[in-house]
Amino acid sequence: MVAVTPTAGVPTGPAPTARRRPAGRPVLRLLILVAIVAVVLYPLIWMVGTSVKSQEEIVNNVGLLPERFTPGNYTAGWSNFDVSFGRFFLNSAMVSLLTVVGNGLSCLLAAYAFARLRFRLRGMWFAVMIGTLLLPQHVLIVPQYILFRTLGLVGGDWPYLPLLIPQFLATEAFFVFLMVQFMRGVPRELDEAARIDGAGPYGIFRHIILPLSRPALVTTAIFSFIWTWNDFFRQLVFLSQLEDYTVPVALTLFIDSTSQSAVGPMFAMSVLSLLPVFLFFVAFQRMLVEGINTSGIKG
Amino acid sequence: MALTTAPDPTRRGPGTDRAHAERRGPGRLRHSEGLAGYVFLSPWLIGLMGVTAIPMLLSLYLSFTNYDILTPFSEVEWVGLANYERMFTADPSYWHAVRVTLTFALIAVPLKLAAALGVALLLNRAWRGVGLFRGLFYLPSLLGGSVALAIVWVNMFNRDGAFNSLLSLFGIQGKPWVNDPDWALETLMVLAIWQFGAPMVIFLAGLKQVPTELYEAASVDGAGRFRQFRNVTLPMLSPVIFFNLVLETINGFQGFTAAFVLSNGTGGPVDSTLMYTLNLYITGFTDLEMGYASAMAWVFLLAIAVITAIFFSTGRFWVHYSDGEDR
Repeated sequence: MVAVTPTAGVPTGPAPTARRRPAGRPVLRLLILVAIVAVVLYPLIWMVGTSVKSQEEIVNNVGLLPERFTPGNYTAGWSNFDVSFGRFFLNSAMVSLLTVVGNGLSCLLAAYAFARLRFRLRGMWFAVMIGTLLLPQHVLIVPQYILFRTLGLVGGDWPYLPLLIPQFLATEAFFVFLMVQFMRGVPRELDEAARIDGAGPYGIFRHIILPLSRPALVTTAIFSFIWTWNDFFRQLVFLSQLEDYTVPVALTLFIDSTSQSAVGPMFAMSVLSLLPVFLFFVAFQRMLVEGINTSGIKG
Repeated sequence: MALTTAPDPTRRGPGTDRAHAERRGPGRLRHSEGLAGYVFLSPWLIGLMGVTAIPMLLSLYLSFTNYDILTPFSEVEWVGLANYERMFTADPSYWHAVRVTLTFALIAVPLKLAAALGVALLLNRAWRGVGLFRGLFYLPSLLGGSVALAIVWVNMFNRDGAFNSLLSLFGIQGKPWVNDPDWALETLMVLAIWQFGAPMVIFLAGLKQVPTELYEAASVDGAGRFRQFRNVTLPMLSPVIFFNLVLETINGFQGFTAAFVLSNGTGGPVDSTLMYTLNLYITGFTDLEMGYASAMAWVFLLAIAVITAIFFSTGRFWVHYSDGEDR
């Protein structure tokens, strides 16, 4: 599903009747756009095409499509290592889904406090939260690694704890901020009405904010899934056993094996690894594009 | 920290928030709200302290030691400024990584933003296919940061890759670009520019906010397309350009995945893709020099803070806010 309606935001000022007619040469514009689309999509189509080429064709035929369709790369790639890719996909799915849950829960709680409740030092904590938006994860990884290793959680019984604990503690300030911005748009009259009916801060959260925040929660869920699914750095640092590997970490194993014969399987597994993100894109294209609009600009 | 919030008559200010608070009345309710505030905030607070602030301070301390992750804390030796001295005076690969990172950001970020703005201008005119194009252009931003795409990219610019076959159509003899120290970083820049969709979407939203009357007024005054772009679009869009510039620069400094995949984690060929974060990773997690890596991380953080501050202090000379406020 691809949305065709062009309007993204609410236009300010006078009605869009003033919108100018496509001046100049619409055909030329369209041709340029189609050319750019071709350049943008070329690597993706080439990737899919290469994933179904035979070893011989990968070397000799660099065209987009194979002359002979060779799906064998997929089965070969799936069991290329001692642990099958099925396991890596399960690991990735588990980490990503638990991250979604953790981010959704913890960021929603924090956002409600910032957006609606009055408490001491709120302004200061909010400023601190905005400050952590600018903290690069590459800076945090060294101290966090030291912390989790000291606690014996790196390579522990369940090695995903260092990946997941921060996500259940609302450390993704981006999502807190996104939800705060969203909740500010929920009319305060609703809180007021609930309060008259005897609801306290918890009741208002449960009956007003939680149900009305669903769009923000969905946006958060989609973005945290995609980002975690694609994330490499943290997973590379914290996972050390082959059977614990997630898909991105497992994919890098292909690079180590320098033999040319692995190219087809490597491409096949690359395609599979991008498939979930691509499906999310197809299903939520509009929401994704508008999600970065609202969170990006209204600062 | 005291959690009780007694009603404070001196802090009565204008604004609806305050009015709401007063209508709510009795101190008991306010007290419970103050407590509830901290209840809801507690996961975030624990996270801030436990996995951000305290570890960061610990790593600040460790940056003055020879900590190497294997020795227990009790045996860690204080080395003063030795790590910082080594970084600035005795470690050529550190400065090399700084140069690589700056080169990457200085070239890739402006080109990416130019591509984003150019395509956004093409798409801006209201017209039916815009949603489809916007989505297709945005797709690389979702996929481009992954290991899978980096693998594809490296193979595309390899000896037998698609790029060379394209060149051969024009009779140009290609080369294995990713193995050439003069070109490896450039292929990563192209990968970054390919992901122009995310800033493009933000530009598009910004363009929609430019009042059409301004263009009408400009064309009544006889301004042509180019003058309209320079004197209406650019100034009206400057806050969005600024936002994208800050965001993309900070992102550009942190490029890791593609450089790791291209060089198999070494920063090669001949250190040409040794991005700052990759150098940090090698120092901390391959060579296990955690004290030294902590120092690098702190300098990185300070550098990003300084660069952001520079952006904000120069922004007031060229960023125009239409509400007349200079922020």
